[in-house]
Amino acid sequence: MTEINRYHDIDTGYHAVRWNEPNIYNLGRKGIKNEILPPVDAEIETCIGDAQSLIPAKMQRKKAPVLPELSEPEVVRHYTRLSQSNFGYDSGNTIGLGTCTMKYSPKVNDMLASMSCIYDLHPLQDDSQIQGFLQIMYELRCWLNEIAGMDEFTFQPRGGAHGVFANAAMIKAYHQSRGESFRDEIITSAVSHPANSGCPAVLGFKVITLYPDPVTGDIGLEQMKAAISPRTAGMMMTAPYDTGVFDTHFGDYIDMVHEAGGLVSLDQANFNGVMGHLRAGDLGADMMHFNLHKTFSTPHGSVGPGCGAVGVKSFLSPFLPVPVVQYDGVTYSSDYDRPDSIGKVGSFLGNIGSVIRAYAWIKALGARGITEAARMAVMNNNYLIKKMLEVKGIEIAWPNRAKLQEARFTADKIFQDTGVTTFDINRRVVDYGISSYFESHEPMIVPNPITPEPSDSVTVDDLDRFAFIFESISNEAYRDPQIVKTAPHRCTLHRIDEGPLQDPDQLATTWRAFLKRNPDFVQRKGI
Amino acid sequence: MKKLGLIVNPVAGLGGSVGLKGSDGREIVERALELGAIPQAGRRAATALKSLLSLKDNIDLYTFSGEMGEIPAREAGLQPIVLGSETLVSSNVPNADLLATTAADTVMAAQRMKEIPVDLLLFAGGDGTARNVFDAVGSDLVVVGIPAGVKIHSGVYGVNPRNAGLLAYEYLLTGNMRTRESEVMDIDEDAFRQERLSARLYGYMKTPASVTRLQGGKMSVRGDMDSVHGIARYINETIDQDTLYIMGPGGTTAEIMKQMDLPNTLLGVDLVFNRRILANDVGISDILQQLDLIERAKIIVTPIGGQGNLFGRGNQQVGAPVIRCVGKSDIVVVATQAKLNSFYGKHLITDTGDTDLDEELSGYIRVVTGYRRETVFRIGC
Repeated sequence: MTEINRYHDIDTGYHAVRWNEPNIYNLGRKGIKNEILPPVDAEIETCIGDAQSLIPAKMQRKKAPVLPELSEPEVVRHYTRLSQSNFGYDSGNTIGLGTCTMKYSPKVNDMLASMSCIYDLHPLQDDSQIQGFLQIMYELRCWLNEIAGMDEFTFQPRGGAHGVFANAAMIKAYHQSRGESFRDEIITSAVSHPANSGCPAVLGFKVITLYPDPVTGDIGLEQMKAAISPRTAGMMMTAPYDTGVFDTHFGDYIDMVHEAGGLVSLDQANFNGVMGHLRAGDLGADMMHFNLHKTFSTPHGSVGPGCGAVGVKSFLSPFLPVPVVQYDGVTYSSDYDRPDSIGKVGSFLGNIGSVIRAYAWIKALGARGITEAARMAVMNNNYLIKKMLEVKGIEIAWPNRAKLQEARFTADKIFQDTGVTTFDINRRVVDYGISSYFESHEPMIVPNPITPEPSDSVTVDDLDRFAFIFESISNEAYRDPQIVKTAPHRCTLHRIDEGPLQDPDQLATTWRAFLKRNPDFVQRKGI
Repeated sequence: MKKLGLIVNPVAGLGGSVGLKGSDGREIVERALELGAIPQAGRRAATALKSLLSLKDNIDLYTFSGEMGEIPAREAGLQPIVLGSETLVSSNVPNADLLATTAADTVMAAQRMKEIPVDLLLFAGGDGTARNVFDAVGSDLVVVGIPAGVKIHSGVYGVNPRNAGLLAYEYLLTGNMRTRESEVMDIDEDAFRQERLSARLYGYMKTPASVTRLQGGKMSVRGDMDSVHGIARYINETIDQDTLYIMGPGGTTAEIMKQMDLPNTLLGVDLVFNRRILANDVGISDILQQLDLIERAKIIVTPIGGQGNLFGRGNQQVGAPVIRCVGKSDIVVVATQAKLNSFYGKHLITDTGDTDLDEELSGYIRVVTGYRRETVFRIGC
């Protein structure tokens, strides 16, 4: 096949760092050693004996782990290069990442979370020695109760989907406790985060998905009625939706589910646009979760340390995962003695760095500050909508509905006119030195979707630049679609073959799995 | 060198532009030309082929003379290898190619492509053309349809000519793209011209698996295959005893039958009772006869084609009297989420021939989309 000309008229004034470094498993040589330790002093050996004998036999590895063998400088270079291939809020414009609420994480909060008294805490430290930290957890819990209209909070789940999982588990435990285990249906929507269907499915629930009306963007009462049955265990939905639409009938759906005997769990990952303006508890929800790593500014991404803070009404409190932080007026404690609890969903006290940062962020902004932040997020989004709709070929789904924190655009006109898909455009935006954008969760009911979300901490210049980049790419698509179709041209990696990603027979998420599936490679390399 | 085949049905789409709702048969073609119809298929084929220009030194393009491929290929800037012109009448009469081209030409041409064999066959036409190609090659060749006909119900066609070309480009360039089974649909043109719709599923052809470039292929294809397995497993686990199952046509119901280890009629209706086959490929009277004998019955049905037809297209055996006898609450609709997504913004359609029944069937219904997964979808009328 002819090599495509990838370097015609593509200068965007940006080029990512590009190291021609293979996978670390293909680096190094057998026998390279670091940190050669001296033998143990005879005196110590006499006292302690063989260190290996201290580890129970069944916990000892039979074989050494198959790790690449490299020198220390090679390892340092490897990780430095990896960090240079990274892109995050601190590197540049991340407006594109809708539903992620990319906002600035103040460095002062990082400093607090990195203080020795926090950072060096042992996970098994006794409650009596971490009273200050437990106080922070307890106070944050009280503030979040106020913000969400809930009665109890836990910081155990490590991310949003983990929080949704905890809520699904509590729905199950609640019905079991009432002898209503026959309730096995969870209602969700196609514009909720897929965790709201995935988590209950994992727990054995049957999942019923509802579609937003193509014109209004709402689900509508008739459709909800068709989904509710005597087997309804609950409704688990994201609100506002991932489309930026807040369903007009949400309160009615909650009433309908309650009348049928089900519980309502709100996924408030998209809380940024209604923060301080709407409380899940007031709406009638029984349980909900916030992503501290989105709305409350703690850093996130790539499965980083997050926190899906779960809030419940008091009647569900017995089912919360343990431990729950309590205060008796004198002492703070971690309460494990909760017989109806769904148990532990994670180890120890949770990602405490996220808790500290969120605490500091709320304390800095105060009640008025967080309300104002939501207003700014909505204003920024609506400014961006106006700018984006000036771009040739970009349209918006549910154009007649007001949008809160984000909006779902469609590049389908560009696709119909030029053959350039949203996936092509997404590979091209990175050539301009911004992050790739979020297209849409599955199911992709809007064709060729684009879902950016400008949070409260972007500037008008960021918004103008973002829209300008889409304008440039639209012009490229209409002028010479090959530029977009063969992108990226100026990034760390060029196009990867995505075929194997869709094929479980080829997909290998670990080196070991790769070796297992590629015996030819193993033989060739003599591994 | 990759081998690409090209067949253009030059009369495809001819009738549509002058309101004739189809172009099958010489009479219709003559009438269309009289009415001033301008052939479009060649132009549309050329649009698709332009996407392949950068591969021109790496492919051998096989086609037939004149409007059946050579002219559009050259118009797009490609140098085709022209196969024997025995299938075409060579003449100086204007539109001779058009008048002389018959369905048999398409079949013969496709057979030649299969003999070569080409790595990918591009053909321009409508549902009739897809059917003719299907008759000749079945699932032996990977194909992509360039939409040029009046009726495009078949899933083998690109969403437009440009995307058909781009899909061919991607398939030939990468060499390792997955393929999928895509529906070959057609409707009865005589009925269609009398304002009656009567469509049927003719079979499945192999196309490159595309998320965006084919009609009705809007989601991850592998996920879609997994969903079909999940649907079949779920239905299989929830089969009721002493209940007559009326299994409609289509790939999804075929998988249910496969998991139950029962013989299946892909394009027809089968009857199952207590996990045993009662009869294959039955007509409406057979079904009614069984409904007289068995008290409880369920219909398992999947929407056919790109239009979201639940009843009245391709499954006319499950007619109004059958549906009335079974009752709405015992209709089990099965479809993958991807298939449902392709109907998003529209709704499922029933056309049972009984407007009262269509009215009764309308409204929201639960559709089984995977293992213990359902989606609520609207049936319109």
